[in-house]
Amino acid sequence: MLAEIGQFTLVIGMLFSLLLAVLPLYGYFTKNDNFMHTARPLAYMQFLFILVSFVILVTLFVIQDFSVQYVWQNSNSILPIRYRISATWGAHEGSMLLWLLIQTLWTGFVAFYSKSLSRGQIARILAVLGIISLGFAAFVYFMSNPFIRTIPAPIDGNDLNPLLQDIGLIIHPPILYMGYVGLSVPFAIAIAALIGGKIDETWIRWSRPWTNAAWGFLTFGIVLGSWWAYYELGWGGWWFWDPVENASFLPWLAATALIHVQAVSEKRNAFRGWTVLLAILGFSLSVLGTFLVRSGILTSVHAFASDPSRGKFVLSLLAIYAGGALFLYALRVNKLKSKIGFELSSKETLLLTNSIIFFSACFLVLWGTLFPIIAESLNYKISIGAPYFGSMFFLIMIPMAVFLPFGMMYKWRKDQMKRVVTLLLPLLLLSAVLTVITAWYFELYKIRSISYIFNSFPVNTGRIKAITGIFGSYWVLTSVLYYFKVYKGNLTRAVWGMQISHFGVAIFIFGVTMTEYTDFEIDSLMHPNETKIVKGYSVEFKGVEKKQIENYQANIGHFVVKKNDEFVAVMEPQKRVYVRSGNPMTEAAIDPGFTRDLYISLGEQINTQGGWAVRIYIKPYIRWMWGGGILMMLGGFWAATDRRYFRMAKKRKQENIDTYLAS
Amino acid sequence: MNKTVIKALIPLLIFISLVILLYSGLGKDTRLLPSALIDKPIPEFNVPSLLTGKRIDNETLKGQMYLLNVWASWCPNCRIEHPIVTEFVRQNIIPVYGLNYKDEPADANAWLNQFGNPYKDILVDIDGLVGIDFGVYGAPETFLIDAQGIIRHKIVGELNPYNIQNEILPLIKKYK
Repeated sequence: MLAEIGQFTLVIGMLFSLLLAVLPLYGYFTKNDNFMHTARPLAYMQFLFILVSFVILVTLFVIQDFSVQYVWQNSNSILPIRYRISATWGAHEGSMLLWLLIQTLWTGFVAFYSKSLSRGQIARILAVLGIISLGFAAFVYFMSNPFIRTIPAPIDGNDLNPLLQDIGLIIHPPILYMGYVGLSVPFAIAIAALIGGKIDETWIRWSRPWTNAAWGFLTFGIVLGSWWAYYELGWGGWWFWDPVENASFLPWLAATALIHVQAVSEKRNAFRGWTVLLAILGFSLSVLGTFLVRSGILTSVHAFASDPSRGKFVLSLLAIYAGGALFLYALRVNKLKSKIGFELSSKETLLLTNSIIFFSACFLVLWGTLFPIIAESLNYKISIGAPYFGSMFFLIMIPMAVFLPFGMMYKWRKDQMKRVVTLLLPLLLLSAVLTVITAWYFELYKIRSISYIFNSFPVNTGRIKAITGIFGSYWVLTSVLYYFKVYKGNLTRAVWGMQISHFGVAIFIFGVTMTEYTDFEIDSLMHPNETKIVKGYSVEFKGVEKKQIENYQANIGHFVVKKNDEFVAVMEPQKRVYVRSGNPMTEAAIDPGFTRDLYISLGEQINTQGGWAVRIYIKPYIRWMWGGGILMMLGGFWAATDRRYFRMAKKRKQENIDTYLAS
Repeated sequence: MNKTVIKALIPLLIFISLVILLYSGLGKDTRLLPSALIDKPIPEFNVPSLLTGKRIDNETLKGQMYLLNVWASWCPNCRIEHPIVTEFVRQNIIPVYGLNYKDEPADANAWLNQFGNPYKDILVDIDGLVGIDFGVYGAPETFLIDAQGIIRHKIVGELNPYNIQNEILPLIKKYK
């Protein structure tokens, strides 16, 4: 019965989306206030019903109703309760319902925090968001309905993919979807503005905090995904350039470009067309990512059940959203022309350069991801691996790091290049000195091996890249710190946010470079009570014990790690077999640290004397990489709370009251 | 229409061609072998073995039916597939050879040390050229090749109990 109620509320929610997509727009075009006023209540109702539907699906998992096909496929009677809840979004159908829920949640936020906008504006924005929700609601209901029953009801379920039985996977998808779907807000604002035929700086100012917030979530979602892959896949990698990872990275790159170009279009009223295009691109790439992942067009680690008819549906959604948006853009382009020119030597130019760099990076990642499909349509099959992405990305990030301090230091309108160069020259020298010291201290000049991620040429470029990376990190870091000395005074939250993010960039570059080029690993056969010395750490193997835990059988290895006879950690990597599905899993043991991670994973049992294959890694500064990502996220959120965005809100409220009183 | 509008149509045109490309890619099942290679002899190659360093060419492998499994240490799905390959080898039906695809030999060896080596021998394909000749789409992939060196079947993606039971085993019976 419960499943039918869930199905029913889903349909009601979809009907509210339909009304939201139609009524306010009708009101806007016929200048009918009553219809325009329906936008907010419809947005809230839509959210409410989808929320109930989602809660029902979670409940079905908790009470283990195996007569529901989706529950049966992804859960079983011995699955622990926390994973039963997260199993709700562990596979295609439920994750799409979560997507829809988050879509309606963002729409609700927009409805709630839009008091400063006029009726016509909010009616258009919410209607565009309603059109988007409607598409996804229809996709959930018709193409991937999680409430379908199987008759007769099976006695027990299958299993949740063991890779997904993990804390990282409980929080990763909701956060990531907050980012994906959040990009629909700047998209909707841009479209609503195009419908109205007018984009002024208030529109753009109003969309900035939304873009920043969505970008913050997206950043955090990607960081979580990388962290999960690192500890769960069991061999120390943290980014694979897998199509699904690219699917999350593409909108991130577009959104990063958007954030920077929005600064120009708000403050200087220039590049408005480019801002609109990037807003369209960001959300379109979110939808494209969904298409790539769920249509089975590309094979990937994140094996969602693939189905061409689902692919066709998502592709149609993409065609309607992005195609419609671009068509509207072409219709309205004459009204977007900036009357204000800009000087070559100005902040405007540098921010434009930034957006072009990120746009190019986005294009190259998209090219690499789609290349197998392009090649196939020419009748041969090929795949582009990590080496292409790694070396391409390294090259494109060089100008990013080089220009970043310039963009920060330059002034709006017009600035003397000489002034900025004189300002930055000491930092260049300082960074060079720091780089030399670091290279000497960590012996970077001795690097011989190159890791695959940045390696596409068989030449040994490792040490050049490592030293370049360290230099880039110091260059950004010193200029961020110096900024506060140059631009003293009362800095706004937006500026603080920007600088926190840029500080994160420096930390991130440092972490990636150190991890990639100075990591260390050994593989060996170890017998009980044998000790191996790894980079100054003595790792003693105590043996392996068998244990039955929750829903799996585990072989648990015991290791005691010491440094200079001082105790460091007890590490217990596992080799698991999940009872229900028989799936094996390697669970690495990690001793995290500020300057290094120790990482041990257990291989196979080699002989009957208790000998096991053991892999030990030292991963220097790997936490800095995620730490940098988290700083970027915090910067995004902090900037989103800048008073300027709300001050305008107050002013507008007063105006609304005035017009009301006058009428 | 003025110039600005025409320029503004460019993104739309690019997008439309992208949608057409994606749509054309949809109909095709990426898990099927391109028809050109079905029932054709395996392409010529001559590469070193990862295990012994000796050269292996397409003639060396003739005279037996075997699976050729494309894998790499950077490929997470290969890790998922690994216990299934190991189990298949344990059943001793036909041997499995590996094609180590676009991989660093050091990484590949480390991977084998950690998870174990089910392969009878492993072909090294650092630059992916053998892969291109085989029409490899990505790792993992598995080819069924008969004693005359004719490709009989291809699985894109990981081997699993289902496709072994329903695709590989019947074909082994048929061509043996």
